[in-house]
Amino acid sequence: MTYLYYPGCSLKGTGKAYDESLLAVMKKLGVEQQEIDDWNCCGATAYMAVDQDRAYALASRNLALAEAQGRPNGKPVEVLTPCNACYLVLLKAQKRLEEDALGKRKLAGALESAGLNYEGKVSVRHPLDIFVNELGLDALKEKTVNPLNGLKVACYYGCQIVRPYSTFDDQYDPVAMDQVLEAMGAETLKWPLKTRCCGGSMTGTIPEVGMRLSFIILKEAKKRGADVIATACPLCQFNLECYQNEMREEFGEAVDIPVVYFSQLMGKAMGLSDRELGMQRLFVPFAVPAASK
Amino acid sequence: MSNNGNGRTNGSPRIGVYICHCGINIAAKVDVERVTRFAETLPGVVVSKEYKFMCSDPGQELIQKDIREHDLNRIVVASCSPLMHEETFRKATANAGLNPFYFQMANIREHVSWVTKDKDLGTEKAKALVAGAVRRVSLHQALEKKRVDVHPDVLIVGGGIAGIHAALTIANSGRKVLLVEREPTIGGHMAMFDKTFPTLDCAACILTPKMSQVKDHPNITLWSYSEVTKVDGFAGNFTIQVTRKPRYVNEDECVGCMLCIDSCVYKQARVDDEFNQGLSKRKPIYIPFPQATPPVVVIDPETCMQLSKGKCKQLCAEACEKHAIDFNQKEEVIEVQAGAIILATGFKTFNPMRIPEYGYGRYLNVYTSLEVERLVNASGPTGGEVVLRDGSKPKSIAIIHCVGSRDHKTNKYCSRVCCMYSLKLAHLMKERSNAEVYNFYIDMRTPGKGYEEFYDKLLEEGTHFIRGRVAEVTDWALTDAEEGKMIVRVEDTLVGMPRRIPVDMVILSVGLEAQPDADDVRRLFGVSCSKQGWFTERHPKLAPVSTATDGVFLAGACQGPKDIPDTVAQAGAAAAEALAMIDKGFVELEPNTAFIDEEVCSGCKSCIPMCPYTAIKRDDEKKVAVINEALCKGCGTCVATCPSGAAQQNLFLDEQIYEEIEGVLNYV
Amino acid sequence: MYEWGRRRIKYESELDPAFCQTLIEKTGNDSIRNCIQCGTCSSTCPVSLYMDFTPRRLVAMAREGFHDEVLHSFTPWICASCYSCTVECPKEVKITETMYAIKQMAMDKGVHPARFPVPVLAREFYHQVKANGRTNEGRLITQLFLKTNPFKLIKQSKIGMKLFFSGRLDVIPQKIKNITQLRTLLKAVNGNGGGRAHS
Repeated sequence: MTYLYYPGCSLKGTGKAYDESLLAVMKKLGVEQQEIDDWNCCGATAYMAVDQDRAYALASRNLALAEAQGRPNGKPVEVLTPCNACYLVLLKAQKRLEEDALGKRKLAGALESAGLNYEGKVSVRHPLDIFVNELGLDALKEKTVNPLNGLKVACYYGCQIVRPYSTFDDQYDPVAMDQVLEAMGAETLKWPLKTRCCGGSMTGTIPEVGMRLSFIILKEAKKRGADVIATACPLCQFNLECYQNEMREEFGEAVDIPVVYFSQLMGKAMGLSDRELGMQRLFVPFAVPAASK
Repeated sequence: MSNNGNGRTNGSPRIGVYICHCGINIAAKVDVERVTRFAETLPGVVVSKEYKFMCSDPGQELIQKDIREHDLNRIVVASCSPLMHEETFRKATANAGLNPFYFQMANIREHVSWVTKDKDLGTEKAKALVAGAVRRVSLHQALEKKRVDVHPDVLIVGGGIAGIHAALTIANSGRKVLLVEREPTIGGHMAMFDKTFPTLDCAACILTPKMSQVKDHPNITLWSYSEVTKVDGFAGNFTIQVTRKPRYVNEDECVGCMLCIDSCVYKQARVDDEFNQGLSKRKPIYIPFPQATPPVVVIDPETCMQLSKGKCKQLCAEACEKHAIDFNQKEEVIEVQAGAIILATGFKTFNPMRIPEYGYGRYLNVYTSLEVERLVNASGPTGGEVVLRDGSKPKSIAIIHCVGSRDHKTNKYCSRVCCMYSLKLAHLMKERSNAEVYNFYIDMRTPGKGYEEFYDKLLEEGTHFIRGRVAEVTDWALTDAEEGKMIVRVEDTLVGMPRRIPVDMVILSVGLEAQPDADDVRRLFGVSCSKQGWFTERHPKLAPVSTATDGVFLAGACQGPKDIPDTVAQAGAAAAEALAMIDKGFVELEPNTAFIDEEVCSGCKSCIPMCPYTAIKRDDEKKVAVINEALCKGCGTCVATCPSGAAQQNLFLDEQIYEEIEGVLNYV
Repeated sequence: MYEWGRRRIKYESELDPAFCQTLIEKTGNDSIRNCIQCGTCSSTCPVSLYMDFTPRRLVAMAREGFHDEVLHSFTPWICASCYSCTVECPKEVKITETMYAIKQMAMDKGVHPARFPVPVLAREFYHQVKANGRTNEGRLITQLFLKTNPFKLIKQSKIGMKLFFSGRLDVIPQKIKNITQLRTLLKAVNGNGGGRAHS
């Protein structure tokens, strides 16, 4: 199976380390991927606020491109989407194309006039879904050379991979990331904020609000003894990591804790180098503590 | 009878057709006038009339007058479902001197007006159905109803307050009752409660006298730890198979002295006590609670050393002076007869693990309301003292309403009793623990005698009432006051602001659900149930305790959530209905039995093994099948099976059915 | 806030009886009719504490035709689309989608809160996608602050620099090759929100 990789805009910018580490990890695990040629922005939440139909059209172009690129090998096309927002937007577009006859007609017409066609043969998958349900935890254990023993990880899933759809994990208490990191030796935290909103784009638009939301999450993870927070979304990672100084100023309380991508932790366990995993891009440096080896 | 013989030989049919408006129930979606004029044109129709309410006395008189004046010999009424008024119109037909089976009903309400949006389409469909009915009724034959004697005993399934009350009512009238309960004791949920709303009288004080009356009543046979496993027959004559599970204790010998329990090799109780909702432990040999009825111990084979491992010192048996313990007891299957059956199988409480947001099973001090009933009960695990699982006493308590009710993800319906029992628990918790008590409700529903007054009382007591459905019970603290507590996140909708309320104890007011095996039970007794599993009454207003199966009645929460007063009232009604049927002494059966056309029958015997009532034999001399009419229940299986069409069924002759279909199709 | 002498009453003539239906058509489902005002949405919402009206109140007002209050409310612009309300609602009201629909209506009518950063960001995002097919986070933020509060830009520049030096900020925006195709596609959609949201 060759997955069609849809990185999305953030993985080419602030989330570069997610892109780098995920590709490195997949390579090591033998998961083949191919980037969707000439993909465009998914539309995210911002576009949906302005124009719903065009937002769906944006997402549909990516699905159509993926289908065209993946179909020739005759197998079902699976799009691999690491960003939470992209994941949801593509799923939403797909549902609309499947379940809403009127919406489908509108979109199909627009796609056609742009020389595109979507038959509905694509399934949208998140890397966590692939690691747990396709590769399996045993395969991950096998590839672990530097187990993350003793490392206490707070797995933070964010909103949009579990809401509103729960495609591969429990909506209230998702476990896929916990399972992956536990398989690689880490200890994961039982905590209630796994899926509580980090503030999304609000850290930019209304920083007082956005930062407070991220602050609550950081504080709780720290209070419960986490060494590091693992995320599965570029925006979550950015919000939780990059504003820590500002938060200290705003709330008068230090919440310094490393925030990394789960794929970076996987890479560490698999013995990949810091460069390969983009570790140098972190604002809050993280190294697996010696004690945990 | 002025017209006799069957339709074919009785000269030409003279048919009267009557179309009912049913107020606007039918008239809003069917042009009754057009249907009436259409019916006039159909072959054989002599008169065709419409009327506002055909079922009313003037409506019936209209039919009767026409029968006499126009010498009608067939009647068609197009109105509601035959379930509602077939009997009414058959009687009206008979009162005018016609055989009541010269009547046919077309259902243009449930089958047309209630399910059609467009009036033209509704009118067309009504015309087609009337055309079919007119063709069919021409071939109707004169038939006679059969009378069968009724067995005078009543079977009651379920020994909660509904079953107990129904049993005592019937037994007091002098009739015999068999009360079957699957648990080791009767008493049901009510026996677990501490106080009852709104009067706050002690549940045990009012229930246990009735339980002992059941035990002592000469007309009641109580089989606890037993289940009905098979039901045959029909109204007035049911044959019921009851399976009595082995309790490994001879019920006739045991006096309930409980010496056996004290001497069990398990010195410490270590099995979760079901009656106390797992808040305390019991031994493998136990009695559910002190006033259990019958007062007989029971051995749980899964945890008893002797029964699970086959090896034990059997100290219990040694301790029993009456030698009542019998490890070799086997399951017993007994067949009994009854004329009527009352189902009083009750409910189960909602399992709040299905709403993980509320933390049940995750946080130690989140309780279900049923657990709290035991907790505040003087005979409960803490002797009535409010002590949490972690040993502490709560200073603040949240009571969350509508857990598993009014929620599309769990149960859509309102469970009806939770508001009131939550108020009761709020009162008791405040009284026993002096804690701050918060009620979180969506809408406060207190319709009932003295219920609103009870709500007033709680308001006066200073209980907090916050209108808002709780989103989450969690443990992430934002303020110092929240540290170490459970935090209830809610919008105070009356204020219009989100709130976070730290508490020591959370009580989940769980809703009521149908028993998990409700579907098996309804199949067993041939009754229907709603999507949620509640047994369906014959009519929601006018036949609330009857079912679609004659002779089977409903009492209590198996029909839908209800409180104790309503349950007892319904149990009384079910008892009265059962008695009315029995005291009449006979039931009339539909003349829908099957018969064999001997000329056509080839004697192939296909039908014989298919008959579920073994009503068919082969006459070896004539080489044809013979149906015993007394045994035939009119199920039609033989008719469908017969390869040559020799098996026919009264009321459903092939030619009648074909004629009706053709009538419909010809019109369409 | 309270103003002396300002009346607090709503006359029926001030309401828009068609508003609810318009909103329903925009959202593509009539689930807000099922709302029982239980407040689960507002209590599970991580940002309801910053809203002028809780989501529950907004639904109540929308249903009764409080056209002006709903379209001028900050509530939908504070919504972070985390979908907690949608998932937790006991009556399956599609609240997040309703928020999207209100945002679109407010934008269409141009009555969204002026200089409020959220709609500004949304517009900016929209234009970038139209121009390049992709978005550039650095530019988005810069434009956002220039158009709302330039002072914040200075405050945020520290993070910007750090992002730049860690290689997490592309200065040159990425552009897709077949931008013509994308533009044709967007043009072909009979858009501006006339469609129906789904979830």
